[in-house]
Amino acid sequence: MTATDDVVPAPRAPEALPRTRIVLAEVSRRDDRADRTRAELAQQTRVGEALVRGLVRAQFALALRMSLVVAIGLGGLPWLFAIAPSVGRVTVLGVNLPWLLLGVASFPFLIAVGWAYVRLAERNEQDFTDLVQRPER
Amino acid sequence: MGNGYVVPAIVAVTLITVAIGFYGLRLARTTSDFLVASRAVSPTWNAAAIGGEYLSAASFLGIAGLILKYGVDVLWYPVGFAAGYLALLLFVAAPLRRSGAFTLPDFCELRLGSRRLRILATVFVIFIGWLYLVPQLQGAGLTLATVTGAAYPVGALLVAVVVTANVALGGMRAVTFVQAFQYWLKLTALAVPAIFLALQWQADARPAVTPPDGPIFRTSTTVVVEHRATLTLPDGQTREVRPGDELSFAAGDPVPEVSGVATDAADWLLPSTAGDDDRGLFATYSLILATFLGTMGLPHVLVRFYTNPDGAAARRTTLVVLALVGAFYLLPTIYGVLGRIYTPQLLLTGQTDAVVVLLPGAALGDGTTGRLLAALVAAGAFAAFLSTSSGLLTSVAGVISTDVLGRGSVRGFRLATVIAGGVPAVLALNVSGLDVSQVVGLAFAVAASSFCPLLVLGIWWRGLTDLGAAAGVLAGGGAAIASVLVTVLGPELSGWPATLTGQPAAWTVPLAFTVMVAVSVASRRRAPADVGATMLRLHAPEALRL
Repeated sequence: MTATDDVVPAPRAPEALPRTRIVLAEVSRRDDRADRTRAELAQQTRVGEALVRGLVRAQFALALRMSLVVAIGLGGLPWLFAIAPSVGRVTVLGVNLPWLLLGVASFPFLIAVGWAYVRLAERNEQDFTDLVQRPER
Repeated sequence: MGNGYVVPAIVAVTLITVAIGFYGLRLARTTSDFLVASRAVSPTWNAAAIGGEYLSAASFLGIAGLILKYGVDVLWYPVGFAAGYLALLLFVAAPLRRSGAFTLPDFCELRLGSRRLRILATVFVIFIGWLYLVPQLQGAGLTLATVTGAAYPVGALLVAVVVTANVALGGMRAVTFVQAFQYWLKLTALAVPAIFLALQWQADARPAVTPPDGPIFRTSTTVVVEHRATLTLPDGQTREVRPGDELSFAAGDPVPEVSGVATDAADWLLPSTAGDDDRGLFATYSLILATFLGTMGLPHVLVRFYTNPDGAAARRTTLVVLALVGAFYLLPTIYGVLGRIYTPQLLLTGQTDAVVVLLPGAALGDGTTGRLLAALVAAGAFAAFLSTSSGLLTSVAGVISTDVLGRGSVRGFRLATVIAGGVPAVLALNVSGLDVSQVVGLAFAVAASSFCPLLVLGIWWRGLTDLGAAAGVLAGGGAAIASVLVTVLGPELSGWPATLTGQPAAWTVPLAFTVMVAVSVASRRRAPADVGATMLRLHAPEALRL
């Protein structure tokens, strides 16, 4: 089952502008350009494809950076415990450090990384949307 | 155990599950309603439902049991189970939702346009689903046997029948409400007794978790051995015990060392990767890879993403799930640690999975509080079996109804549900010797070595071809499945072969990625012509209304 309804580019009905706003000629010109960029995206022209490649690359680089943070922050722990066994004997408030790091601290850490990713990924998408809708910038 | 509150609590959870199912049935009107909840599920409900579905018998019972037995090394299970959602969030959540794929086979066909790959994915979805369902039913059988003394098949069949009927009649809408309810029930059922247990520990003048002379029995205890083991008594003598042997200990007696269990305080308290043990390090990293990357390939997790309205909502939902699941995973550790003090006999019987269910009674005594809390925990355990089995069954049945039976109708879905629920029920009745958490870990390893590379490369790499995807899934997933079969059915191994098959992910995941990329590069002419359009669809924000 696939949802095709999201992808068919719906033709946008030209909006009847109120008479008082007809002087804002720039607005309609900007809409034209945005529509053209949208069409380039939809028709897979070179420009459109380059835009999508840029977005995909930005998002993938972001995901990789975030997973690198986790790989070092959490993935380094078994290695650290292996090369420096004394770390395991350190106690904080009577609890051994590995128990605190894994049993408690790892969860807020993961949530913090996830929260940062959601913010940054949404910013990447906003940049892409702005680029498409205001191509002159 | 004659706790009069347990059976009513389990019956209440089951009845509420069924009742919410029927409430959902009244709301469901069309086939679309029935299958994907019309995408009208709010992100909070959806996140609670995903969390509820995800926290299985392995999370609710298994982790605490493993911690009791092995100590700090197995804390990687809860960390990995939670981190799996971060990997899902980073690499899969939003693009998968935008793809519009409802199941993994849908994604294969949509991205690569290959019917054959779709069939291969279907086979893997069914295998992983069943591999994950069997331990849930087993956990139900064992729990009911522990707390009420009922025969093992009663619990397994009870859960199988309730879940099959509920999924067949209510569909996903009903399941969404049921799962969300069950997340909160599971959290309460672990959190409330944990508070009482901590207070009791304070009141008992904080007995040491790892006394210098090893764990001791706090009360006089008679233990019936259930697994063959070698005990080392305090005076240095060794003794072989067989299932059925009865051992009596007086209060204050030390717990003998049991072969294969970290009885020694230092073994239990400190990471075992230190020093010359390369295999320990390999197994730890293998477990990390399997759990971090396996979550995204679990069939019942992906189905949920279709109920988000758009990609951004899918991302936010995943973040909420990560928080909910992370909060839950703080709790099993408390049970595993206090189990060292209050239920050391489980180390001897080998039934460490029962620690969560037995601990409230053991620590708080046979008073009303202890009994009520024991009943609450038993109810939470049943919520875990019911919710995870429902989610798995929904996704396996969905795949069977569309890809095997070839019908998209409600009637076809119901028939598929009966098939999907019947097979693991029969399997669970016939194999009762498997360890719950180990089997679940193997399911993660298979998912991480088959669907994780397929999803990650499919979403981010234009060069993926159908041939490459199939070869990678067959090589990585096939190697993982072979390891599972050797571990579960084969002869007992030791040394490196045991490590490589018992924790296969550290070699099967890289194998899958390598084969997938290499074969795709070699067959690059087969890359789908519409890959540009697919990439646009997967990654462009909905705000553009393309």
